[in-house]
Amino acid sequence: MDNRIKTLFEQKPQGLLSVYFTAGYPNLEDTVPIILELEKNGVDLIEVGMPFSDPLADGPTIQQSSDIALRNGMTIPKLFEQLKNIRQQTQIPLVLMGYLNPVMQYGVERFCQKAQEIGIDGIILPDLPLSDYVREYKQVFEQHNLCKIFLVTPQTPEKRIREIDSHTNGFVYMVSSASTTGSTTGKAVANTDYFQRVRQMELRNPSLIGFGIHDNNTFSQACQHAKGAIIGSAFIKALAQEGTLQENIQSFIQRIRN
Amino acid sequence: MKYSVDENGFYGKFGGAYIPEMLHPNVEELRENYLKIMQSPDFQEELQALLKDYVGRPTPLYFAKRLSEKYNTQIYLKREDLNHTGAHKINNTVGQVLMAQRLGKKRIIAETGAGQHGVATATVCALMNLECIVYMGEVDILRQAPNVARMKMLGATVVPATSGSRTLKDATNEAIRDWINNPEDTYYIIGSVVGPHPYPDMVARFQAIISEEMKWQLKEKTGSENPNYVVACVGGGSNAAGAFYHYLDTPEVKLVAVEAAGMGVESGESAATSVLGKEGVIHGSRTLLMQTEDGQVTEPYSISAGLDYPGVGPMHAHLFESKRAIFENITDEEALQAVLELTRLEGIIPALESAHALAALSRIGAKPDDVVVVNLSGRGDKDLSTYLDRFQLNG
Ligand SMILES: Cc1ncc(COP(=O)(O)O)c(C=O)c1O
Repeated sequence: MDNRIKTLFEQKPQGLLSVYFTAGYPNLEDTVPIILELEKNGVDLIEVGMPFSDPLADGPTIQQSSDIALRNGMTIPKLFEQLKNIRQQTQIPLVLMGYLNPVMQYGVERFCQKAQEIGIDGIILPDLPLSDYVREYKQVFEQHNLCKIFLVTPQTPEKRIREIDSHTNGFVYMVSSASTTGSTTGKAVANTDYFQRVRQMELRNPSLIGFGIHDNNTFSQACQHAKGAIIGSAFIKALAQEGTLQENIQSFIQRIRN
Repeated sequence: MKYSVDENGFYGKFGGAYIPEMLHPNVEELRENYLKIMQSPDFQEELQALLKDYVGRPTPLYFAKRLSEKYNTQIYLKREDLNHTGAHKINNTVGQVLMAQRLGKKRIIAETGAGQHGVATATVCALMNLECIVYMGEVDILRQAPNVARMKMLGATVVPATSGSRTLKDATNEAIRDWINNPEDTYYIIGSVVGPHPYPDMVARFQAIISEEMKWQLKEKTGSENPNYVVACVGGGSNAAGAFYHYLDTPEVKLVAVEAAGMGVESGESAATSVLGKEGVIHGSRTLLMQTEDGQVTEPYSISAGLDYPGVGPMHAHLFESKRAIFENITDEEALQAVLELTRLEGIIPALESAHALAALSRIGAKPDDVVVVNLSGRGDKDLSTYLDRFQLNG
């Protein structure tokens, strides 16, 4: 079965830009306009965040955008409603990213079914462990043609990276350094040993680097070590600037791509 | 029915390790080593010596004569309030700090609600000369000020958690985020039987000393190791886990877990997870969790900072579902009445948390000859300003 993520990596091997935003932020109905505007500005892949009350792996920026999105009334059913006609408007690869609990309450199987109906290509649930995924859910995800994307970190042993690579498809999400999202301490692209180590493993899947990528400099450095990079918190901050969504998105992407 | 953890870290369907990949190496390191370390003779020797001479164990099992008369049954109090630092929490922190040392960690982090776990952690860090950072909700910093002062005195850094309801859940989030950001040198001393496997099992084992002592103390005093009831309050559930541990497979001993009802279970201001919760995932564990229909965690409420948590440990979720334990819940008002009652009948000022267990005495239907052990998890020093206010003793 075709999957837009797989097609993307086949067609464009280098310099991919993936952008994360929290659905329902800044305003409840911004989800589709943000997706379309990102595509218009040449972004390659979009991660739509499903807000959660207790996002353990996230720093203050995404915590706050999640709080606001929840207060605005974002829920999984609401998000699916917003996205129901998205494939009539764009073919950009779409990944849903969130935490396990809301998906569990919605029902994992029902969630996968709905995601496939809409034309979602991949799912990231950072707190769903690999072992549980393989035991309970892998079949469901694959049956619905959803790439389940896993994170690896500088501390992940080689053996486990191989294991993750063997159970996943789409891409491997390389967390740049040991941190929650949104850190701009400069650690993001400093860990070149780790990037090289993973590159030399010649995994089945391509990889993207994320966490702490926030400007042209960190983006282009990350691109030297992987197929591309993922930006989240920095983009969410840009959305909070004065100006229209269009203006903020355009100027942000231009700054990153330079 | 099996009540202890299985080899995959589950109690029935509850438990597991639902953690982001960033935490995997640390949690895995602990999982691989904790039993080996805990069972090694040098670890046990050091632990037992500290429990005896530093913590002050064994804690007394006290026959509460006047309280027994009042409830017309035989009530014993397991005096965890007499431990160094004033609660059961130190049984666990002494054990975990030794664990951290064995694993070569230099920096200790912890979350705290009532501040008792924070104080107990700061205490063992002072003892072992380790850096200590304690996350505490802003609301709890205000309502448990004496414990904040003690932590500072002990040299710990107290970091306010300012997100969500600014209580125990949020402090736990911040501690976990700290651990993600410091994966190499940091050890997370969790304060209850919560979190990813192996924490619930490890903490339960460190607290199991409570029921281990209860058994021989009861044998001495009553001729039988087994009481009819063991009653304990449940926040995350560590003091209850310790008090129940050696009775789990003795069905004739009734286990009573007491949750905080706050303003009342139906009021929207409550922390009675077994009534209000559904299966979900919080802080790395699949357990009962108070949440909205959409799976967002609900902000709990209790006057007692140590019980103000929207989940329970996975072991207790399993004890609830399997009906091995009886779950009761007690309102703020009932707990406060129990504080005054114990203070005036026995001359013991209990912690607000422990008072929830005491208040359940009127619910359990114990007969005159029944032996009831209430785990008095902590003393009330930290709650005195609340007590003076509520009992109008201020002036
Ligand atoms: C005195 C006392 N009892 C009970 C608790 C509740 O914790 P747990 O349910 O883990 O015993 C606390 C927590 O702070 C406490 O300080």
